[in-house]
Amino acid sequence: MLSIKNLHARVEDKPILKGVTLDVPAGEVHAIMGPNGAGKSTLSYVLTGRDGYEVTEGSATLNGEDVLSLEPNERAAKGLFLSFQYPLEIPGVPALTFIRTALNAQRRARGEDEIAAPAFLKLAKEKAAALKIDFEMLKRGLNVGFSGGEKKRMEIFQMSMLSPKFLILDETDSGLDIDALKIVSEGVNALRSPERGMLVITHYQRLLDHIKPDKVHVLAAGRIVASGGPELALQLEAEGYDRIVGAAA
Amino acid sequence: MAAVKETVETVAALEKYEHGFTTDIEQEFAPKGLSEDIVRFISAKKDEPQWMLDWRLEAYRRWLELEEPTWAKVNFPKIDYQDSYYYAAPSTKEGPKSLDEVDPEILAVYAKLGIPLKEQEVLAGVEGAPRYAVDAVFDSVSVVTTFKKELAAVGVIFCSMSEAVREHPELVRQYLGSVVPTSDNYFACLNSAVFSDGSFVYIPPGVRCPMELSTYFRINAKDSGQFERTLIIADKGAYVSYLEGCTAPMRDENQLHAAVVELVLLDDAEIKYSTVQNWYPGDPETGKGGIYNFVTKRADCRGDRSKVSWTQVETGSAITWKYPSCVLRGEGSSGEFYSIAVTNGHQQADTGTKMIHLGANTRSRIVAKGISAGKSTSTYRGLVSAHPKAKGARNFTQCDSLLIGKDCAAHTVPYIEARNGQSVFEHEATTTRLSDDQLFYCQQRGLNQEEAVALLVNGFVKDVLQQLPMEFAVEAQKLVAISLEGSVG
Repeated sequence: MLSIKNLHARVEDKPILKGVTLDVPAGEVHAIMGPNGAGKSTLSYVLTGRDGYEVTEGSATLNGEDVLSLEPNERAAKGLFLSFQYPLEIPGVPALTFIRTALNAQRRARGEDEIAAPAFLKLAKEKAAALKIDFEMLKRGLNVGFSGGEKKRMEIFQMSMLSPKFLILDETDSGLDIDALKIVSEGVNALRSPERGMLVITHYQRLLDHIKPDKVHVLAAGRIVASGGPELALQLEAEGYDRIVGAAA
Repeated sequence: MAAVKETVETVAALEKYEHGFTTDIEQEFAPKGLSEDIVRFISAKKDEPQWMLDWRLEAYRRWLELEEPTWAKVNFPKIDYQDSYYYAAPSTKEGPKSLDEVDPEILAVYAKLGIPLKEQEVLAGVEGAPRYAVDAVFDSVSVVTTFKKELAAVGVIFCSMSEAVREHPELVRQYLGSVVPTSDNYFACLNSAVFSDGSFVYIPPGVRCPMELSTYFRINAKDSGQFERTLIIADKGAYVSYLEGCTAPMRDENQLHAAVVELVLLDDAEIKYSTVQNWYPGDPETGKGGIYNFVTKRADCRGDRSKVSWTQVETGSAITWKYPSCVLRGEGSSGEFYSIAVTNGHQQADTGTKMIHLGANTRSRIVAKGISAGKSTSTYRGLVSAHPKAKGARNFTQCDSLLIGKDCAAHTVPYIEARNGQSVFEHEATTTRLSDDQLFYCQQRGLNQEEAVALLVNGFVKDVLQQLPMEFAVEAQKLVAISLEGSVG
């Protein structure tokens, strides 16, 4: 599914990723943990093609296809979705309009027909109910005046509407209270399937209690310094990053 | 959203300025330059009565004594008023009496502009779709006005200004210049001397105009100015919604457009006036050419409880200099101003409104959205004033500026004068830059860059677009997106 090999990237002149190698097979959920400044968010931006993040070496492929040479919207159409750590506000554009525009843009790019309005609304009602999102909220400007938790829920809503192949969750747990964390995690778990891969970026183990990873990787100073099963996350929680990162260095 | 897709397709299919074609039509010109003789020539061409000629001559003499104003935040080389044609008309001996007599070339121009000029085409439109009566002004003259008979049946007069001068002199004499006096300002004065044509509307008491009225202005001739004059009178309890659209061909020379629009509202009358202005903005790279759009628009709410609403979408012109204003004289009258001003390339816009509260309990609302891209400059300039007698006056103003790129500028210059202690004025203003974060967010969801800009900008101007009649809102939405083509990246 997602295959990253020896990925180096820099922002301006500063190298951030210094040789990341990672394989996430279809059907698996991998967690990336690591201290601040390790390059976790950079990895998500490099994979999704944000301006200003320059790849200097290495490769990344989704189902064998190179993604690094594509425009961000082309990557999205291939099924790559990033749930933002800080979702943006889009004033004047209702959430429903935004998602429908995005969905149809992706469908056109894949040579599919646009979704009809009734089918779209039906789907939206269903998914919103599952995430306990008030449908009226979807008629307001996307994320405008939403609380941190509402914004995160909206990210998961978009994700379930767009039905991507590969999901990257960047610090989805930050700013969530326990109840919201549960709802969001259920939303993510509902998307787990044998065809879909996920990369879950987080600081804390608590998200992984709800979204159980198949593998855990520790990213520090631009490299994967340790990999293991779910028990690695627990070990990190107990011992802190210093010890593991220090041991690997 | 289908509109976005359509926008993108439209953008892809278009040249930078879609209406930049010229049309080879036999034209009749007055000699270049401006003098009393030219004023007499124009008046004679139009078969005007003596009083009209005298009115023009008086304006001309006053104009000679006035100086061109310089206070706006715009820069342009000095205009040589002697190097322009003040009258250009498609040469037909007699005015056309029906569509069949109009030069097919002219009709082709309007067809190209997508104007539903032919009544049968309008009638053949989608069932239930509203129909529009259209007055088409080509350079200096009105070439055709549609739906006249249907309108006449309910007493509505909708015709060219020249025709109104001949057919309805009592109304024209009573109201022309009563809102914008000849000597009001330099350009209005010039217009009063040489105005060529424009639209005239009269809605009798208690009549709700059964259809949207619209005028399309087209500057075609080279080196010519366009000086149209529009006068709309809504009698007691009358209602009308009126829309004007403007285009011009691409030319290297600057062309002057100095129009005057006067709206008169008696008791309980309501006028909705919408403008979609897309004059040629000049070359986007060099700034060469383009229209100087120096326009005076004013509504006089003479009657109690009368209501006027200006909505403008300004995407064209090299320089835009206009302040559609409301004189709120009648007790409880209200004025609204909704504006989208888009500037790109080297365009300059200095636009806004004046809300002059004279009567008690008058209300006004201003929502101005400026979008600047490229190397352009956009200024909102507005005045809200309350006279000592305007007790209980209320105003709400919201000015938002959106900057795209690093080389553009936005300015806000609000003037507020409250001359009584019982008025409430509110002013809110924001300036934001179209952020890379927002763009990336949209792109990550699958929109390409042009689609992302169109979506974000449409969100920004939504409050104003909602004020336009629906068909024109879609049109305006596309126009805004086209005007900003290539502004990012």
